[in-house]
Amino acid sequence: MILVESPGLQTTVQDLGRPGYGPQGISASGAADPLSLRIGNALVGNREGTAALEMTLVGGRYRLQTPVVIAITGAAMAAKVEGAPVEHGRALDVAAGAVVEIGSSKDGVRSYLCVSGGIQVAPFLGSASTHLLTGIGGFEGRALRKGDSLPVGPRQKHAPPISISREMAARLAPRKCIRVTHGLQSDCFTDEHRALFVTTPYCVTQEANRMGLRLEGTAIPSTTAATMITEGVALGAVQVPSSGQPIILFVEQQTTGGYPKIANVIAADLPSVGQLRPGDETRFEWVSIETAVALLREQESLMRGILP
Amino acid sequence: MIPQFAAASDRSLLVSLGSGISLDTHRRVLALSRAVQTDPIPGVLNIHPAYCSVLVVFDPLLSTHDAVCAAVIERWDRASHASLPETRVVEVPVRYGGSDGPDLDDVASAHGLTADRVVELHSSAQYVAAFVGFVPAFAYLAGLPPELATPRLSTPRPSVPAGSVGIAGAQTGVYPFATPGGWRLIGRTPLLMFDASRTPMSLIEIGDRVRFVRVSEHA
Repeated sequence: MILVESPGLQTTVQDLGRPGYGPQGISASGAADPLSLRIGNALVGNREGTAALEMTLVGGRYRLQTPVVIAITGAAMAAKVEGAPVEHGRALDVAAGAVVEIGSSKDGVRSYLCVSGGIQVAPFLGSASTHLLTGIGGFEGRALRKGDSLPVGPRQKHAPPISISREMAARLAPRKCIRVTHGLQSDCFTDEHRALFVTTPYCVTQEANRMGLRLEGTAIPSTTAATMITEGVALGAVQVPSSGQPIILFVEQQTTGGYPKIANVIAADLPSVGQLRPGDETRFEWVSIETAVALLREQESLMRGILP
Repeated sequence: MIPQFAAASDRSLLVSLGSGISLDTHRRVLALSRAVQTDPIPGVLNIHPAYCSVLVVFDPLLSTHDAVCAAVIERWDRASHASLPETRVVEVPVRYGGSDGPDLDDVASAHGLTADRVVELHSSAQYVAAFVGFVPAFAYLAGLPPELATPRLSTPRPSVPAGSVGIAGAQTGVYPFATPGGWRLIGRTPLLMFDASRTPMSLIEIGDRVRFVRVSEHA
């Protein structure tokens, strides 16, 4: 069991999500930075999609009541076990009764606390992911609170824990320049606005969470905002309401929308979006669909190189 | 009717089945959605049906836009000739007006009607759930009597209580969760629109026919 002594700002149980419920209006949810979740699980010898704790900006304090291997990945948060500093992105054996204390992140938003055996909550619709708006999945469908007690699964005989070189970690590190393909309504923006979108910086506002990230920068209103019929929207869609300020739809996204979409974040850069924090300056860069798929393949082959 | 395809992202494709909101396009969306659900396409992870389109999401490591496109066309050819199964009728009890429907009087005066007449019109129509989207269990209902069509509020409310029944343009619907919202609120239902422990979780599903039934405060 893991006893939550202090839950941080917003800590939820996440795995790789539950796609397939779009017709019910339910977005897939899942880890905001799935690369970090998968790496953390590999470090402790779990299957890559095993449920772990996703911590937001501030980690928290957790008492491990059974002996486990832990690893903390994602945004670097200063961590200690029984007062001794823990190296980020390394597996560590922890004795029963030990307290893991995880501080705040200085760069990036989300860290993952992975434990051997994983967080064992009853799957809902095939996934342990918490979906905060509907209160489904995860631990009672909500962010963790002080006093919660989370069961840990039996150690998986999946593979021995691995270690990751600094060079490999650097190649998979989150980007501040987000690559995008053209959105379905890209043509509803002037050439000038499409150019401004990729040549001027956008700042992440305080309204940035698992549902979406509101950005602030050069206004790029579309020419036909009022006439669109609501349609399905993809993860990472960059929609532009009449204010002209872009919004990136994220893992707990609305499933349909009526604002024109200038762009869509490429799959390979979605984990980076999960590490953008309020105040961050981000830039966009156009790539073709072919390039986007090639970048994803490259990222996956890097992952295959380190995962068991 | 030939579906039109457009890449929405490196892992999704928008299939357009018409250009406007009508019962015909809705039937096509429903037919294609059911066909893709009953005969899954390899690599496809999810679909998002809407008024006249279906967004198809796939794993780009397992498939391509072209392969998904071909598989959709194959299913569309079969689906467009098949007859649709009978749809359910869902009755939704509503307490109209007062604190449950703070915009009822405004909607009435915007159209020169009495509040009572608005309720009568709203609760006598039969609606079709064009799709469920935006948030879980939010059914977009088509079939609002034209004399009730009212634009959204110019400033959305920061929070709309769950169960609120609203009007936005020619659509009506029920907020399943307390969320921000700009629809004109005319009433509220005591029913849970979303219940994770119920099958189906969403009280209203795509294709359902819906009726609103006026109930008194104490019902």
